[in-house]
Amino acid sequence: MEKKTPLYEKHVAAGGKIVPFAGYLLPVQYSAGVIAEHKAVREGCGMFDVSHMGEIICTGKDALAYLNWLLTNDFSGMYDGQARYSPMCNEQGGVVDDLIVYKEKEDHYFIVVNAANKEKDFAWMKAHRRGDVCLSDLSDNYVQIALQGPLAEQILRRLTDGSRIPTASYSAVFDGRVGEIPCIISRTGYTGEDGFELYCDEKQGAALWDLLLAEGKPEGLIPCGLGARDTLRLEAGMPLYGHEMDDRVNPREAGLFPFVKMEKEDFIGKAALKEMGTPPRKRVGLKVTGRGIIREHCGLYADGRIIGYTTSGTHAPYLGYPIAMGLVEAEFATLGRVLEADVRGRRVAAEVVKLPFYKKAAK
Amino acid sequence: MQYPAELKYVKSHEWIRMEGDTAVIGISDYAQDALGDLVFVNLPEAGDSVTLGEAFGDVESVKAVSDVISPVTGVVKEINEDLLENPQRINEAPYEAWFIKVGEITEEEEYLTAEAYEAFAAEEAEG
Repeated sequence: MEKKTPLYEKHVAAGGKIVPFAGYLLPVQYSAGVIAEHKAVREGCGMFDVSHMGEIICTGKDALAYLNWLLTNDFSGMYDGQARYSPMCNEQGGVVDDLIVYKEKEDHYFIVVNAANKEKDFAWMKAHRRGDVCLSDLSDNYVQIALQGPLAEQILRRLTDGSRIPTASYSAVFDGRVGEIPCIISRTGYTGEDGFELYCDEKQGAALWDLLLAEGKPEGLIPCGLGARDTLRLEAGMPLYGHEMDDRVNPREAGLFPFVKMEKEDFIGKAALKEMGTPPRKRVGLKVTGRGIIREHCGLYADGRIIGYTTSGTHAPYLGYPIAMGLVEAEFATLGRVLEADVRGRRVAAEVVKLPFYKKAAK
Repeated sequence: MQYPAELKYVKSHEWIRMEGDTAVIGISDYAQDALGDLVFVNLPEAGDSVTLGEAFGDVESVKAVSDVISPVTGVVKEINEDLLENPQRINEAPYEAWFIKVGEITEEEEYLTAEAYEAFAAEEAEG
């Protein structure tokens, strides 16, 4: 039985097409449709209910040392409010999940994990607890709303004290307020645009949703569903757990090595990753040059043999052509290389291109 | 949702309009709405045979791919080439955006009237 987020009734009222996703009933799109929602985020502003994501609090005087051992990134030297992305590996170097760690203050961290993995993650974190560390799963206490797009700040600025808006990307203000609603205001997102992720008490979630939607009218703000969330992240070349990586794909293969700090003393998975060395396969971006759309789980061929498979793929609404990501043998991961995907028995050509497919213009 | 009374429908969500001995085939308003923004269409070629109950092409939205099922057995006389470049026309005007015209028909599905199809689609939407 799927759960409903506190915003479920809002989605139904707004014409959302509801689908089960990661244990929740969520809108895949609203009446505007995926393409219009996607473009709203690229050109104006869109908002998403991402309350299905998990929030875990990690506190205690050994919290930093614990996180540095549990996760592959290094959390030393962070300022209060700063956020860092990291894979969380198993002993074999495979990925348990990828997540974001915020330093709220000394010995106090706020961790956001993928919806589908939250029980698994929390169990893993508890099982590997070390030292004076307290973990609490507060996922059900929060509504998370992502306000994304070049006009997101302009809308938010009318609803909050400007000094409470984080200026740096990957940072957050924990004692923020939007309208009268206490919020964590984070300058993060999963769309490739500037934007914010707002966390508030679940009881005030519906009020925050309505407030934002009404305030954003002049900017053309519309609610966006899971469909646009996926096409936006894909166009921005961002990996998704369960697609570009999982417990059998390591962060090095997935192109996430910048978030793996091998110089750290020790962390779970380090020995396996060290022994593996340069991985035999790599994540690539593919621009479809043939006719058709290449989706996930298509075999990729070159030199008359299978050399990998696709992990995600769709029509990219803003770019206007189909794109995909895949894991291929390293020798085929060179820019300009043409591969063929098996799409339901038909071969469709695609060229290896640079990631991300789309990058927002510098300000 | 619109279901013009002069068209016939089948439960796999295609519509059929008879022009003499030729069946003009497309997908219903319900189908295009359920699929969402269409971005790719795969069609057979003129001269290809199509078989009742079997896929003759597919349509892809941003999220998913779906087969388009032939409601008749016969030979493709003409395809709507415009759809290959402009699949969004199916969303804009599903009853103008025909897919194929089929002649030499030897077998036909049991068609539904607009009224019967509307009831069927409503039931399916309730799921």
